[in-house]
Amino acid sequence: MSEQVALTGNEVMSQAMRQINPDVVAAYPITPQTAIVQTFSQFVNDGDVDTEFVPTESEHSAMSATVGASASGARAMTATAANGLALMWEVLYIASGTRLPIVMPVVNRALSGPINIHCDHSDAMGARDSGWIQLYAENAQEAYDNAIQAVKISENKDVMLPTMVNMDGFIISHAVENLNLLADEDVQDFVGEYHAENPLLDSENPVTVGPLDLQDFYFEHKMQQAVAAENVKDVVLEVAEEYEELSGREYGLFEEYKLDDAEVAVVALGSTTGTAKTAVDNLRENGVKAGLSKIRLYRPFPAEEIAEALADLEAVAVMDRAETFSTTGGPVFADVRAALYDMGADVEAVNYIYGLGGRDLKVEEIESVYKDLEEIVETNTVEDRVQHLGVRE
Amino acid sequence: MVKPGDGYKEIPEGGLILESGNAKRYETGGWRTQRPVIDLDTCINCFRCWAFCPDSSIETEDEEIVGVDYDHCKGCGVCAHECPVDAIAMEQE
Repeated sequence: MSEQVALTGNEVMSQAMRQINPDVVAAYPITPQTAIVQTFSQFVNDGDVDTEFVPTESEHSAMSATVGASASGARAMTATAANGLALMWEVLYIASGTRLPIVMPVVNRALSGPINIHCDHSDAMGARDSGWIQLYAENAQEAYDNAIQAVKISENKDVMLPTMVNMDGFIISHAVENLNLLADEDVQDFVGEYHAENPLLDSENPVTVGPLDLQDFYFEHKMQQAVAAENVKDVVLEVAEEYEELSGREYGLFEEYKLDDAEVAVVALGSTTGTAKTAVDNLRENGVKAGLSKIRLYRPFPAEEIAEALADLEAVAVMDRAETFSTTGGPVFADVRAALYDMGADVEAVNYIYGLGGRDLKVEEIESVYKDLEEIVETNTVEDRVQHLGVRE
Repeated sequence: MVKPGDGYKEIPEGGLILESGNAKRYETGGWRTQRPVIDLDTCINCFRCWAFCPDSSIETEDEEIVGVDYDHCKGCGVCAHECPVDAIAMEQE
């Protein structure tokens, strides 16, 4: 049983949280995430959930309280965006390093400064090495589906890592979309009950959480985390299969859109992939063999699988909605290019930084990227490896 | 119980310590630069040192002070400071 509704991304994310019914939510509001926490706190007030809601004085406190709740054995969630995520920074590493399966929607927004409230991925991309799993969504339906699956992925015994469920600020969070909600009881059955292996509040079996860990064991604990990260891919696929049985919606590590026979393709993540699909359709009508690879699981990075999917292309353009100032391109580009190198693939790869601070990226602009790729294939020359798309001179 | 030299496949995940009360097995006496030495003939068994010691390192037997647990005493000197009859001297290690 599912229900068709018209909701904003934030509303549907708060519905996902209501259906998950976590034991604890500790959160602080920040644009464009505010409506998630606000709507969820209304559910708490109305008795629609059993959640203990902790309104905190900052995001640092929100993540700290979530860590404490999770360590105590609770299923704990929070949500944030941009500078809020930045303020959580040190505690993000404590959550992942302590192996706490926290699920956190992140409504992607540009980091200050200059101050800006609109979408780019500088917030989440900066946290890509924090040991959190990162899922990205094209639209609100995917963000909802990812949130529910994230609970099962994070809490898997072979994983036990926290997950950021990313969705583009305003573009997804504030736009109303026609989508399907699962029945409450189906979500409850799917996520099941969380039983922590060593909860802090089990007085029969006292444990110490977060002790000093020096030269003699810290490295071993990081190695355990690395092994857990290796396990994520398989678990994501298992959970996706189970979720498909429930919802009828198919998920993988990434989506291949008309990639099979493509000669030129774009790799992207987030809402822009929807725009890119329209560009692909337009180009296909004109005989261009265009394709798209839409990354869903960005951390850990499914390098081998993505390289395999791209290996037969002539040229690929990687889209990054974050500037790293490395002068060597964005984060997704670095990962994709390294994956292609390891595969020994003969694919020319270029990078486009786009959409910073919410700058809109139009279908024609993505079409121009494919045109650039065709020219690269034709001339066998790359003039600009890293370009900024949609910026004024 | 985690032992020195255990590998990542053998130890609890996330840095958790699953056994309570094991701090006494972590010998912190090596941190000391000065050691308290109790003159038991002068000692009046008032137990002030025992009460004030932050590391529970004053040893007793049959309700009498008998010495110091040098495996855990960090040499802070609180006991010597508190002793009302100057029975505790801090000696260089």
